[in-house]
Amino acid sequence: MLTFLNQHGSDLLIKTWEQLYISTIALILGIIVAVPLGIILTRFSKTAKIVIAIASMLQTVPSLALLALMIPLFGIGKIPAVIALFIYSLLPILRNTYIGMHDVDPILKDSAKGMGMTAFQSIMQVEIPMATPVIMAGIRLSAVYVIAWATLASYIGAGGLGDLIFNGLNLFKPDLIIGGTIPVTLLALIVDFGLGRLEQQMTPAAIK
Amino acid sequence: MTHYLTFDHVSKLYRGGNKAVDDISFTVDQGEFICLIGTSGSGKTTTMRMINRMITPTQGSITLAGEDLANVDPVKLRRRIGYVIQNIGLMPHMTIQDNITIVPKLLKWSPEKRHTKALELLKLVEMPATFLDRYPSQLSGGQQQRIGVIRALAAGQDIILMDEPFGALDPITREALQDLVKQLQSELGKTIIFVTHDMDEALKLASRIAIMDNGQIIQMGTPNEILRNPANQFVEDLIGHERLIEAKPNVETVGQIMLKSPVAITPGKSLVDAIRLMRQRRVDTLLVVDENRHLKGLVDIENIDHHYKDATSVSDIMTTQVSYVNEKDLVRDTIERILKRGWKYVPVVNDDHQLVGIVTRTALVDVVYDAVWGDTDEPDTQSEQ
Repeated sequence: MLTFLNQHGSDLLIKTWEQLYISTIALILGIIVAVPLGIILTRFSKTAKIVIAIASMLQTVPSLALLALMIPLFGIGKIPAVIALFIYSLLPILRNTYIGMHDVDPILKDSAKGMGMTAFQSIMQVEIPMATPVIMAGIRLSAVYVIAWATLASYIGAGGLGDLIFNGLNLFKPDLIIGGTIPVTLLALIVDFGLGRLEQQMTPAAIK
Repeated sequence: MTHYLTFDHVSKLYRGGNKAVDDISFTVDQGEFICLIGTSGSGKTTTMRMINRMITPTQGSITLAGEDLANVDPVKLRRRIGYVIQNIGLMPHMTIQDNITIVPKLLKWSPEKRHTKALELLKLVEMPATFLDRYPSQLSGGQQQRIGVIRALAAGQDIILMDEPFGALDPITREALQDLVKQLQSELGKTIIFVTHDMDEALKLASRIAIMDNGQIIQMGTPNEILRNPANQFVEDLIGHERLIEAKPNVETVGQIMLKSPVAITPGKSLVDAIRLMRQRRVDTLLVVDENRHLKGLVDIENIDHHYKDATSVSDIMTTQVSYVNEKDLVRDTIERILKRGWKYVPVVNDDHQLVGIVTRTALVDVVYDAVWGDTDEPDTQSEQ
């Protein structure tokens, strides 16, 4: 264990950072696109079904295949990896945002409108606060997926902890495989825990 | 005179030609408490929701305070109209203070002003200031709806729409809230449009009730008018048989106020006898009855004067076209007949068409007097001295 850390310690830190970096960017892009899209979709319920169906379809493309497909489009490296992971992050966030917003008690929406809130004020002051737990659950789910799948991004030259694992596989070095896998798992758990705390912070006290 | 709120031939059609509201017209003055009542699907909620443009009418126009609602920005309009709904609709994620002052916040009041207003309104419904920082889930249903009511007053709205606001509350809480709303309404002079399906509630609260069925207003009037004079079977059913009977003791029948010894003569008597009887009883008309006291007609002094030379008996000259009322008729009907047609009196018969009495203008004075001063024996004349 100690010898492994001596040998690969700095490498491990760099690769963990890369993993986190790729995942975070993909996730942030996912949130920026999927949350507003999910909110907008609640206003167009027919379009919503189509869009969510498309997002579900993208989710079924095998992750390795999706990464491979990025190569002819964006070449190799971090950018295609981030794009592929971004696509994966969309569905859970989109679906949860849509469901969360859609399931806000219609009485509250009626009440907000009846008191003279504009559609935007109703979304910002009533619907998003009420939907926060569900939206955050989608983001947490996406975060865990993206961190796990970012391992495969090494396959198209994006770096990350996948480098250690693939090296281990190629060189028949189980310690490298385990050394790469454990940080991925830890990273996913820590991020999920962190987002869980954030969710607690963001959820209005009274609806926890 | 222009009314505060006017519905002018308003209809709301849904796809498939389903008419939720069918050509209704009515007016409401400021300070009135209007109850819209009807079965579900009668269009009462639709009617109410057209006032704050939650629903747009398909045809017709609605004016509020002189403005045609079609030309008013719905968001600004709604901030001027209080809105209380059945399921209360307090925002679970906002404190009571924030809930009360949602509209003031939309109107960009300063935080201090909002706080002062929230405190003032809580005091109005006798709730302690400590409630301001609580969340709706920490309040009972009755307390929540109290907040729902004062929330509708927070921005000084002149008109408040209430959609079955107390439907989900237990009877005791409901009664307390009804009293509260009635009291607030009369103190603050608000106009309230109140949708309910509970006739007791409507009778208790309303200054006028509009009874709706199939998107139309079947009858609109004060609770008394509706109780005493239901327009049709539907209204009677809605009021319920028991309430109609309950309402009766207050309603006097003709039999209760009539004079019981009318001056009557039989048709066979001579004109000389008739004049003598008139002179003796100091009257100018005589009712004509047969041996069994069945009402036959009427003679008056003019008739006798005209025909004194050529007629001998009362039957020759009497008017047989006599209007009369039944002793079980309501006084209100009789009042209308006597006052509108200018009669001095009207004969009263029983079910067998026998003369039992007369109602005079003087007797009606007593009825009106009672209606004005109610149960108090005498108007308080001493205080005026």
